[in-house]
Parts: sequence; C-alpha cells; structure tokens
Amino acid sequence: MRAVERLATRDWSSHPTQHYPRYRSTELRAYKRRLVPLQPSLSELTGPVFGHVAVDASDSDLTRNAVRSGEVLGERIIVSGRVLDEGGRPVRETLVEVWQANSAGRYAHQADNHDAPLDPNFTGTGRALTDSEGRYRFTTIRPGAYPWRNHHNAWRPAHIHFSVFGTAFVQRLVTQMYFPGDPLLTLDPIFNSTSDLDARNRLVAKFSPDLTEPELALGFEFDIVLRGQAATPMES
Amino acid sequence: MPPQTPSQTVGPFFSHALTPAGSRPGRIPGNRIADEAAPGVPIRIEGRLLDGVGDPVPDGMVEIWQADDEGVYGRIAEGFHGFGRAGTDPDGRFTFLTIKPGPVAPGMAPHASVAVFARGMLNHAFTRIYFSDEAVANAADPVLSSVEPTRRGTLVATRNDRDGIQSYEFTIRLQGDRESVFFDA
Repeated sequence: MRAVERLATRDWSSHPTQHYPRYRSTELRAYKRRLVPLQPSLSELTGPVFGHVAVDASDSDLTRNAVRSGEVLGERIIVSGRVLDEGGRPVRETLVEVWQANSAGRYAHQADNHDAPLDPNFTGTGRALTDSEGRYRFTTIRPGAYPWRNHHNAWRPAHIHFSVFGTAFVQRLVTQMYFPGDPLLTLDPIFNSTSDLDARNRLVAKFSPDLTEPELALGFEFDIVLRGQAATPMES
Repeated sequence: MPPQTPSQTVGPFFSHALTPAGSRPGRIPGNRIADEAAPGVPIRIEGRLLDGVGDPVPDGMVEIWQADDEGVYGRIAEGFHGFGRAGTDPDGRFTFLTIKPGPVAPGMAPHASVAVFARGMLNHAFTRIYFSDEAVANAADPVLSSVEPTRRGTLVATRNDRDGIQSYEFTIRLQGDRESVFFDA
C-alpha cells in the first residue's frame, strides 16, 4: 500500500471559486453549502496505482497514437513537466491523462458541433506515467481556440486538459494548461475563476528552448503541484 | 514550498479520453471495480447526478476509491481494482459493479470515497457512499456523526436489490434542499 503521510487542505486561495457567475454553467452545478471538514483517514490518504500495464509508450505521442492514414495537421509541440508535491518532491509513476481540441479548435467528441474540421488522424487524447523524477512528456499539436456559448462572442483560449492522480485519492487534480501570450486569457471566465493572479499564471506553460527539438517541434514546460507530501511506503 | 496548481473544470468534452466509452478504452478501469473472481459480496451501485433544479447532469464523471472486502486499501488481488470511473448518461445515471467494502478500521462503517466532476464544476467535489443495510455501523461512524443529522442521508445509498444482484441507489445532488454533503477532503 502507498499512502501520503501528511496532507494540507486544498489551498482555496489557489483554487477557483465554485460558484463563479461569469461562467454560466456554475449556476446550477456549483455546490452552495459549506464543505464539511474531514479529518484524513486511509480512505483519503491512499489511492489507486496505475502501473505500466495501463500505459504504453505510444500513448504519449498524440501525433501518432490515432493515425489512420497520413499526418496529423497542425503545429507540432512537446509538452513536458514534472508532477510535484508541495514539498517539491517528485510524484513518481503517477498517471497523467490529457485531452484537447485539434489545431482547428474541434474536439473528437461527438457532442462538439463547432463548425471546424475534424482531423481523421487525431483524437487529441493521451496518457503517460511520470518517471522517477516525476516527469511526463507528450508530443502533440498546438490546439486551436474555439467559440463557446457562455456569453456573446466567447472564445476559449487554447488549452490542454490535464488529469493527474497523485498518491492519495484526495490529491486528485483536473486542470487546464494554457499557452503564454494568449490574448484570450484575460477574457476567459474559466481561467479567471481563480482570483489570485499568481495562481492563474501557474496554469500557463512556459516556452522552453531546452524542450524544443530542431526541425521538429516547439517545447513547452508545465509543472503540476499536487497538495500534500510525497508518498512513503507504509506497512500493510 | 511550491504552491498548488489550481483546479479547472473537466469541461464537456472529456468522455472520449477518460471513460471506457471513449476511443482509448481498455486499460484504465471503467465502472467495473471488481469482477467475478474478486472475493467478497458482489454489489451494484446505481447512481444519479442531478443539478440545482433536479435535472440530470448528462456530461458528468464519477470516480470511486474503495477498500476490499476485508477493509484493506490498495491490496493487489485478482479481479479487484479498488478504483472505478463512470461517465453519466443522458439521464444523469451511472453504475458501478463492485464488491461491498469491509470496514477500514474498528468503529468505521463500510464506505467508498467518491469524486464528482462535470462541466460547471470548477473544483471536483468529494463525497462518500455509505450503505443503508449497515445501520448499526453507520450510527457509530465518526465521519457520518460529524455531519448534521438532517444531511447524513445524502451519504447513504439505499439497498434495492434487482436482477438477483445486491444493489444500492445513490443520488448526488449538486445543489438544492437536499444538496449532497461534500467534504473539504
């Protein structure tokens, strides 16, 4: 059994406000009552382990993992970073899942009816396990911005969705990674639902010359910090 | 000390990536937490996810983490994952096939941990599933006892066997008079 030893609460100065009127979907879906405090027990401090059975190397290359015929369309990028705990220690062998729109701003999801072309060679889905330093790495294409119906002329900034597990079930994090310099960021209710500017900016990847590969792809660095301490083995 | 990365909503377009209905199925557990080979009492959890006016949430996702039949977390056993994930259907329904968890420690009632995700939820919400046929254990459970009595029922799944399977109904309400108890876990 793996378990986290100590766990700070979720840092509510970093996380969004649950009811955020500018994001209309929160109106009927945000809980309204005060969260009930819960002293963490093993039910919270343990969590699922996904081994290499769950993931193979091709899962992390979105430019190849759904190719039927031909090449994925768009600007190839590399997105890499480390999953860390609040002590700055790596979260090893944890599952990272990503999903995103294609370069035209369309998801390979049946409910996305945006009038933009699908790419038959791209589903925009991938997964990876972090290595011994907590590092993950995806090869993908830069997603396009797309319109949504939240308000008049609303556009989501380009983003990649991330789902991360950590060691404890309550370290679970689902978030979105954005791109530096995107003029849509200041207008986006979802990005701005986190009131703290520094916290918001932690959602913006950094362009990385080191990750950039000659003749292949620009590189972006995106570290993810989960609450709590790193895992230590416990007697079971 | 690096600060926490903020949560963001799962959005509407995740099911093809995260749930077994999607294009990359197979190796990440779906809604079957335990199969026939797993020791313990097989159960089915039939859930619904409802919004503030009682309408179904058709684009949500529910994850469960639970102990095995002896109350042990994370023990590798044939046919038992401990973790499951289900998307909601157009009626807001989700189903888990699992085994009844054992009590994790003396004085604790059997339960499963639950995380709820949806478009419009900027942070996922944590709740728990307890079982209505564990009335004595539930009455002694320290977490249930910490919840005001009028709200405890939102955490208890109702036994209602169907098709010869020990089944439980569990409704998650995101808002309203009967808003589910969500934990600052």
